[in-house]
Amino acid sequence: MKNILIAIALAAACGTTFAAEKDFKLKQAPGVDKVQVNCSACHSLDYIQLNSPFLDRKGWDATVTKMIKALGAPVKAEDIPAIVDYLATNYGKQ
Amino acid sequence: MQRRKFLAATGSTLAAGAIGSLVPGAARAAASLWQPGELAAGAAASAVLEALPGKAALIKRSYRAPNYETPINYFDTPFTPNNAFFVRYHLSNIPKVDVRAWRLKIGGAGADKPYELDMTALQRDFEHVELAALCLCSGNRRGMFQPHVQGVEWGVGAMGNARWKGVRLRDVLKKAGVKSGAIEVAFNGADGPALPATADFIKSIPVDKALHEDTLIAWEMNGKPLPHFNGFPARVIVPGWTGTYWMKHVVDIDVRTSPQGGFWMNPAYRLPTGRFPKADPFPTQQNPTNTPITDIVISSLVTSIHDGARVHVGQTVDVSGVAWDGGRGVRDVQVSTDAGQTWQAAKLGRDFGRYSFRQFSYRFKAAKEGVYLVMVKATNLRGDTQVMELVHNPAGYHHNVVERIQVEAV
Repeated sequence: MKNILIAIALAAACGTTFAAEKDFKLKQAPGVDKVQVNCSACHSLDYIQLNSPFLDRKGWDATVTKMIKALGAPVKAEDIPAIVDYLATNYGKQ
Repeated sequence: MQRRKFLAATGSTLAAGAIGSLVPGAARAAASLWQPGELAAGAAASAVLEALPGKAALIKRSYRAPNYETPINYFDTPFTPNNAFFVRYHLSNIPKVDVRAWRLKIGGAGADKPYELDMTALQRDFEHVELAALCLCSGNRRGMFQPHVQGVEWGVGAMGNARWKGVRLRDVLKKAGVKSGAIEVAFNGADGPALPATADFIKSIPVDKALHEDTLIAWEMNGKPLPHFNGFPARVIVPGWTGTYWMKHVVDIDVRTSPQGGFWMNPAYRLPTGRFPKADPFPTQQNPTNTPITDIVISSLVTSIHDGARVHVGQTVDVSGVAWDGGRGVRDVQVSTDAGQTWQAAKLGRDFGRYSFRQFSYRFKAAKEGVYLVMVKATNLRGDTQVMELVHNPAGYHHNVVERIQVEAV
């Protein structure tokens, strides 16, 4: 939750209105809480549905790795498997 | 919090606009949520028509960072209205810039006399120039890639054509004294990342492109100040090159004697070396594996009809839209109504300059019952033409495949 609050605070501080972001809901499934906390610090969660359903598990794993290694997302190592699993299961190529 | 407009989505491809046909032209006045059929299901489903503050209802691809696409009906005219002009950000910390407090710093290792400008000085000290140019996102039509690639899944509207008014970047740079060892000029905007660990969006261009007479610092588009979401109070205009270099909210210009690094120069915005052999070079950034995207490839968009349109037998069908390239200029637009067996030249509209959209139109009579497969192919003055098959690349750039539009006469 803390990261979500940071994101909202940043959005408010920037004077940028982030529209109906809160109207977007991810599928409720195991791991969704970890995805919400970690991913929404930097971007709205609709990016996930936008990029679906064509990434396989490897593709989602590479995306999460890119966010962490190339773009500095502060994701705890122990949260990574649950995040990748959620994305591959709910928004992946089946 | 913010005023939102949800317009009725047209949904069906049939309703979205067969001109001079079952659907009258007037019905197309409202923003259309028409999307190409090739989009992934998730991309199509997550799109809504929504207006950011100061903007018309556009096709939302992502809320934060804000990525909003221009609906296809706005490309019926050669210039894209400011309020309908697409919005593209990588990073979500986007300050409202106060023009009175805005300063532009010009400096770097390649500049003899670093200095700073405010808006009054920018507008007072240099010759004014106005130029028509297309701003086209490198990843326009990424969502239509087969197989799909990760990124913002744009349809056809991550682009806009405008008249940009400002001053030549060259004049601003000359005042700073460009050293002979300068190789690149880098731009930074007032916007930044949500978290400090994320790379700031900084982009460079070769020094010769920066010194080109058509590269501008603009404060106006189509006779009005830049909208906030299109770079107020000033942005860089790099005619012929893709939008990634057109820095919005520009506040810093760095004349460099070494190549610009950072995520947004490499690995982002790269093409496999050699895959687009006619592209403008970027010598100080190229390597054997990959090379930065540079100029826009020749392409076109049909706006008058969409795939799946139905017309009456005997009806005249209008095939019109816009064509463009990276600044060589559009030579001709050819139209086929028989799946590419025979081609006829479309009529070209007014020439607003080599960086601008060029309108085209062609009419044919749907004399017989059945399906007409309409194809449109633009060619530029260098002889580059649109491709029949996608030139695939991992980041989803340069989609310029000839459109295939089925029109059924009933």
